[in-house]
Amino acid sequence: MLSVRDLQVRFATERGTVNAVNGVSFDLHEGKTLAIVGESGSGKSVTAKTLMNLLPRSAHVSGEVTFNGQDVRALAAAGTKHFFGVQMAMVFQDPMTSLNPVKKVGEQIAETLRYHLGRSRSEALSEAQNLLTTVGTPEPERRISQYPHELSGGLRQRVVIAMALACQPRLLIADEPTTAVDVTVQKHLLDMLDELRRERGMALILITHDLGVAHGRADDVAVMYAGRLVEVAAAETLFEDMRHPYTEALLRSIPRINDPAHQRLDPIPGNPPELIDPPDACSFAPRCDYAHADCLDGVPELSGQLGQHRFACLHPTGGEDSISSNRDTPRSGRD
Amino acid sequence: MLRRRLGISFWLAIAWLALMAFVALFAPILPLTDPTQVAFGGPRESPSLDAWFGTDALGRDVFSRTMHGARISLAVGGFAIAFGMLIGGGLGILAGYFRGLLDQTVRFAFFVLLSFPALVLAILITATLERSLLVVSLTIGILAVAPVGLLSRASTLVFAEREFVAAARVLGARHGRIIMRELLPNVVIPMGALALLGMAIAVVAEGSLAFLGLSVAGDDSISWGKMIVDGSGLRDLQNAAHVALFPVLVMFVTVLALNFAGDRIRQHFDVKELAF
Amino acid sequence: MAGSGSAQLRPQDPKNDVLLSVKDLVVQFPAGRKRVVHAVSSVSFDLMKGETLGIVGESGCGKSTVAKAIVRLVDITAGEVIYDGRNLAALTGEELRKVRPRLQMIFQDPISSLNPRRRVRDVIAEGLAVWGDDISSWSRNRVDELMDAVGVEASYGARRPHELSGGQCQRIGIARALALEPKVLICDEPVSSLDVSIQAQILNLLQDMKSRYGLTVLFISHDLSVVKNVSDRIVVMYLGKVCEIGSTAEIYARPAHPYTRALLASIPEPAATVEPREGDIGDELPSATAPPSGCRFHTRCLHATEVCQQQEPVSTQLGDADHYVACHHPVEVQLKSRHP
Repeated sequence: MLSVRDLQVRFATERGTVNAVNGVSFDLHEGKTLAIVGESGSGKSVTAKTLMNLLPRSAHVSGEVTFNGQDVRALAAAGTKHFFGVQMAMVFQDPMTSLNPVKKVGEQIAETLRYHLGRSRSEALSEAQNLLTTVGTPEPERRISQYPHELSGGLRQRVVIAMALACQPRLLIADEPTTAVDVTVQKHLLDMLDELRRERGMALILITHDLGVAHGRADDVAVMYAGRLVEVAAAETLFEDMRHPYTEALLRSIPRINDPAHQRLDPIPGNPPELIDPPDACSFAPRCDYAHADCLDGVPELSGQLGQHRFACLHPTGGEDSISSNRDTPRSGRD
Repeated sequence: MLRRRLGISFWLAIAWLALMAFVALFAPILPLTDPTQVAFGGPRESPSLDAWFGTDALGRDVFSRTMHGARISLAVGGFAIAFGMLIGGGLGILAGYFRGLLDQTVRFAFFVLLSFPALVLAILITATLERSLLVVSLTIGILAVAPVGLLSRASTLVFAEREFVAAARVLGARHGRIIMRELLPNVVIPMGALALLGMAIAVVAEGSLAFLGLSVAGDDSISWGKMIVDGSGLRDLQNAAHVALFPVLVMFVTVLALNFAGDRIRQHFDVKELAF
Repeated sequence: MAGSGSAQLRPQDPKNDVLLSVKDLVVQFPAGRKRVVHAVSSVSFDLMKGETLGIVGESGCGKSTVAKAIVRLVDITAGEVIYDGRNLAALTGEELRKVRPRLQMIFQDPISSLNPRRRVRDVIAEGLAVWGDDISSWSRNRVDELMDAVGVEASYGARRPHELSGGQCQRIGIARALALEPKVLICDEPVSSLDVSIQAQILNLLQDMKSRYGLTVLFISHDLSVVKNVSDRIVVMYLGKVCEIGSTAEIYARPAHPYTRALLASIPEPAATVEPREGDIGDELPSATAPPSGCRFHTRCLHATEVCQQQEPVSTQLGDADHYVACHHPVEVQLKSRHP
């Protein structure tokens, strides 16, 4: 349904060109969930904003984005109405940025319906109330005439999700939808998104920095690092048979609830790289336990075909190749 | 880094301001004609090689007078804004840091100052007191206290909330040290930009006072404002527009340069903390 | 849950190793129109010498306010903070200032916690400068030693914070706090604004600093996995009250308070000792200006009964374990692990 080919995004800044996204390609099928996992600066949010045509004009984009056979970038360039927000919609990390603080939430949802679907005012309002029920808001009839600041963070995010769902999108992009809320709320929101996706057969792109969020909720997981996809696989494969050292290091470095207390953590040394003028080498090599000299000769390509387990590494971990990879290569210095 | 970002036009503005400051400081020892010498040339002569800006109704050299005029105009601007910074800026920082009753009192005082008609206040002070350089400067300075103070209070509030101020308190730093070491260096940047803008306003304000005959008293105290007033009689404007035109031009370029430099400095430091 | 009581406090006895003790701490903020925010309501706990005590809870539970109250960054409405035989809550002026170096703090936002106009060395040396060790060679050595200890290259000393990454800034924040050789280090969400790959570096560093400088640590976080990793004992808070206090092993193996269990069940990969459905507690946090009567958790609790609405539970010890819970209906521990 959604296919992205060789997406590149660059920003010109005063300090040089930022290579925010580099050659990202992936497919997403109807009704599936793709989790894009990465740290800040990995390019995951920029990728999402590119899909939604939300980048500032200063961004230089190339590559192909096709959605149900339509060329999304051409639609964007032509200023097509009723596509973004209708066929695909997006939910952001901070609900307050998507809500107008001086408008009642019911009106805000209704506005979307009136603009895109041409509903009358009263139709739109009653539909807005139904939407609030759909996203699990208690007392929707009361909420509809409340202002965003009267709602808790979790409820606000539900309102934003209701707005995104208003036009029955076929694809929902959720950019860190639960980062700003508490863990008990996070669980509810993620469960709800999962359920809606199943009921409506819509596709979901879940962008997160938390591998745990991706685990158990995504069909496919794409790990990004420094603007590139470094590993893409079905979720079970990724968590059980990860091949990229970054994925492995990321999973190993975080404390997990079922680990014993006081276990010494295994951090990833150093810092994420700068995206300005990146060297022609594997961007993870300076922090990688398995790095060899050849990792510095050119950027490794993603292996394999689309739809398969793909990873961009010359010395992948696990599998049969692991015999050839050894850990005696000295780590580069900390920080 | 500073040079690259600020751009050539900023340095042009700075160069002009430096030139004006130099002229103002050294006018008495520069090889200029006596600005008070009546009948240096004929009355209202057009610009010539002898008198670059021409002469005024009394035959005085307009160029020399304009250069000397920089002394009082810039001094008034400088003193006024320095006073505004010291009193307004200081009170603003204290109010923003300590909050509470002090904040309420200071803010009330600022709003009283702001709501008092500025011109009436200026006329009141300069008409009752002797119109010396100091009195004129302080009059304009008092008008600067409230706007400067509100800005310094607002930016202090922003920084006082930051965790580095909490960290300094936890380390055991006294209030004075926190204000001087943690807050002042941060607040002084937007204030510096405002100082240049404020100086521009003060230079113009001196001109306005001159029109009311309330600028620095005395025939030998020359200011741009007084020169413009002198040259704006009907006969002067009709027959010798240059008498008013040159001080107006110099004042205009100076005010423009101050505004521009102030604005660029503000922009420059605004982006400073954004990573990327 | 969310009760008061002080059964968890150790007797005041010079023989036991209580370093700092918080007793019935109350912190209220004015919220306008004569209302107050009940940020912390009668919280009591001990901090034992050499331990790491974790405080965990969701936003609005008062955990950060407790930290700030101990170092007197917020005003204490009532209650005591006993350190070294003295009640910090009653100290003012110079007396308070003189105790400050003993209790240092690390902040959540590493960028915001460093003055953008000062250089790294000056930031680290600030404590030494405050206490009179000006730019002597001794303090220069001390700054070098600290930078080395926290893993920041000496060449970074002349830089300003915005030239450094978040992780490096947090290292500098740690060095600044350690400069005065504190006894107690209070860490307020020290890793929650860092990138995932940097968190482990900082957690390990804190562990190293703790053993190197013999620190006692109060570690505040919303992340149950992180708290489990660093803490010897744990306090679970909800809406300004303590729910459960106990050793890390006890809390995670036998969570007794329904709220603790809900937290453990809510994380993306739930703890093995709870059922996922125990996390279904709704997402409406009651208002802190008008907290619920009785047990403050009763509006969301799966086990709440009438008594919970009327009577505030008092903390009681579970058996003879290092485990105290403030709940009328603590979950009996059956140890039915989902992963045998």
